[in-house]
Amino acid sequence: MENNLPDLPKPASSSRTLATPLYPRRRGIIIGASEGLGAALARRLAREGYTLALLARRKELLDALCAEINQASNEQRARAYAHDVTEYDKVPNLLLRIVADLGGLDLVVFVAGVNYPPGGIDKYNFENDRRMVETNLIGAMAWLSPVAAMFQSAKAGQIVGIGSVAGDRGRVGNPGNNTSKAGLATYLEALRNRLTRHGVNVLTVKPGFVETKMLKAAQGPTPFAVSPAKAAEDIWKAMHKRKQVIYTASIWRWIMLAIQHTPSVIFRRLTF
Amino acid sequence: MSLTLDNTFTQLENFGHSLRAPSYCFHPTRAEEIFEVFCLAKQVDLTVAVRGAGRSYNDASLNGGGIVLDMSAMDQILEWDPTSGLVRCEPGVTLKQLWQCVEPDGWWPPVVSGTMNTTLGGCLAANIHGKNNFQRGTIGENVLEFTAMLPTGESITCTPDTNADLFYAMISGLGMLGVFTSITLQMKRIHSGLIAVDAWPVPNLSWHLRGLLEQAPHYDYIVGWLDTTTGGKNLGRGQIHAARNLKEGEDPDAHRTMQLTYQHLPDRLFGVMPKSLLHYFMSPFMNNAGVWGINTAKYIASLRKHTFRQSHAEFHFLLDYVPSWELSFGRGGLIQYQSFLPKETAEEAWREMIQLSHQRGLPSYLGVTKRHRPDKFLLTHALDGFSLAMDFKVTKNKRGELSQLLQDFDRIVLQAGGRFYFAKNSETSAEAARAFLGEEALVKFKKLKQRCDPNNLLESDLFRRVFGQTV
Repeated sequence: MENNLPDLPKPASSSRTLATPLYPRRRGIIIGASEGLGAALARRLAREGYTLALLARRKELLDALCAEINQASNEQRARAYAHDVTEYDKVPNLLLRIVADLGGLDLVVFVAGVNYPPGGIDKYNFENDRRMVETNLIGAMAWLSPVAAMFQSAKAGQIVGIGSVAGDRGRVGNPGNNTSKAGLATYLEALRNRLTRHGVNVLTVKPGFVETKMLKAAQGPTPFAVSPAKAAEDIWKAMHKRKQVIYTASIWRWIMLAIQHTPSVIFRRLTF
Repeated sequence: MSLTLDNTFTQLENFGHSLRAPSYCFHPTRAEEIFEVFCLAKQVDLTVAVRGAGRSYNDASLNGGGIVLDMSAMDQILEWDPTSGLVRCEPGVTLKQLWQCVEPDGWWPPVVSGTMNTTLGGCLAANIHGKNNFQRGTIGENVLEFTAMLPTGESITCTPDTNADLFYAMISGLGMLGVFTSITLQMKRIHSGLIAVDAWPVPNLSWHLRGLLEQAPHYDYIVGWLDTTTGGKNLGRGQIHAARNLKEGEDPDAHRTMQLTYQHLPDRLFGVMPKSLLHYFMSPFMNNAGVWGINTAKYIASLRKHTFRQSHAEFHFLLDYVPSWELSFGRGGLIQYQSFLPKETAEEAWREMIQLSHQRGLPSYLGVTKRHRPDKFLLTHALDGFSLAMDFKVTKNKRGELSQLLQDFDRIVLQAGGRFYFAKNSETSAEAARAFLGEEALVKFKKLKQRCDPNNLLESDLFRRVFGQTV
């Protein structure tokens, strides 16, 4: 079937990818798409026919990814926007621009996240904690609150937030990261409770270990690590089924269930 | 600036539910508010498309990610003169409002579409035709005057004599030059609430087109149903309905039949089942086998040649018989492909197209033919010949094949000297549009566009598809 797809008519001056009933585009934004899970998701969603706006700080990485995706699909399915999610004031205008460029909006995926482990269970670093909260949590709120307002009034749309198993319990290892991811999970849950009644799906993804650069910064063992492509596949399936919360790899659901139910009297004595 | 984009984001669709385009939607009630939206659009650097009732099968009233002016709130009939038959309306007035206003006084809109839910502004923008296109032309030919708001803020009045270039370009102009703010139309006299209809079967395409051609001059309206699922020697078989208005005195009961209550489409089947549920019962038949069965049964039922009288509303608004019938086409929705062909080449081209659709296993589910005449409008679809409108179901797995089929159709139609209609076809490419409109018409349109809309504020998804992003 795929080989049968004819070339699309492309007006010379049009930079927008055409949508017609026979090519009904879905349009998505991926924030934090330059590498790792974000890039894998971009590739996966482009294969599904999404027209994508890819955002990250490093334009050159995005450009390369866009070129790769556009070449594979033989049309402009991805476009790059350099953006730092901590520049909150720039979000509304950029969002407006992107929605106009894409010709609408059906999906927003917030992947951007940083992790600065303090480097020991007796070390504290407010600057790092703040950077994590500013990117992982406030960055998400800066994007997802105007998006939620749009989707609520359109009564359609899908929001995907990439949290982490790290948000399920405050642990000795990295309080700042735990907090940012727990905050994000709660924020997404609140959005879900607001938006489900308006026909909008909000999916929280809680990856365990994903084989990315971030993983190299993690200390200790990294069991059940999955490739970004595998995680992206899991996320796409969950999106398709309009699920609410998923873990990837899925075994983390049971691990985290056990961890969440470990009594504090034990948990606070662990070095885990 | 009081106007903002907050809480305006709306999921808009085409009529066939096959295309979704979320946009920032505004509902102006006065001409000044249209200008405020233009100012806002300029400020935030977005484009504006104009939407009436959203009844076009394609992207004519969509502007994904941009601003859409939904004109349905400007729905006042400003003046109605039952002695002269002149009516002045705001653009959001629907044909339903219009005929219900004028019919009891003995008038009928000169040109109507197959549904009464279209707005007058939309009708002018697409320059719609009816079953009487060969007699009365398009709706534009029955417009005496309109006023429009240009993106520059200028309000302009056009008639066939003053601002004639804009008159002939804005009607058929797809809302890309300005926004209609009032429309003056001449209604047509009727002497009865009934219309006399002759129905007869036609066994194949040759008879079908000959029937339309030869019988049209004897009637006011003519329309054919074409069984698109049958090939071979029966290809093109169907039924022709032709109707004429009753003359004064022909209906002894005219006083009663002209009352509005007489013109009403029953909303229940057999008096009990709400028609709004009907589309659920239709959808199981909306597949190749089911539709073949329906078409065959319909043809057999049509074999009896007969004459009858029915109300104007019943005759004209076939598409309103089953509310939301388009939902029966399922999740992918439907698209319509309408081609206009000169009377000399139509038969051969349509034979080839119908055969091709059978070969590819993508038969059209409904075919409707009409008789047409050319007109002077800039982006016109009409010519001296016929049109065939074919409905196709859109399914996820066959999108690519259907797209290929329609591209092949485009090639056949263009080779046969045919034209397309911008309110219907959703896949017409910029190249195909250029080929049938001609370079001269396009240049003329571009010049008018520059004059009326120097900042290119007015753009729809259709406009970008057919004319490129900027003219």
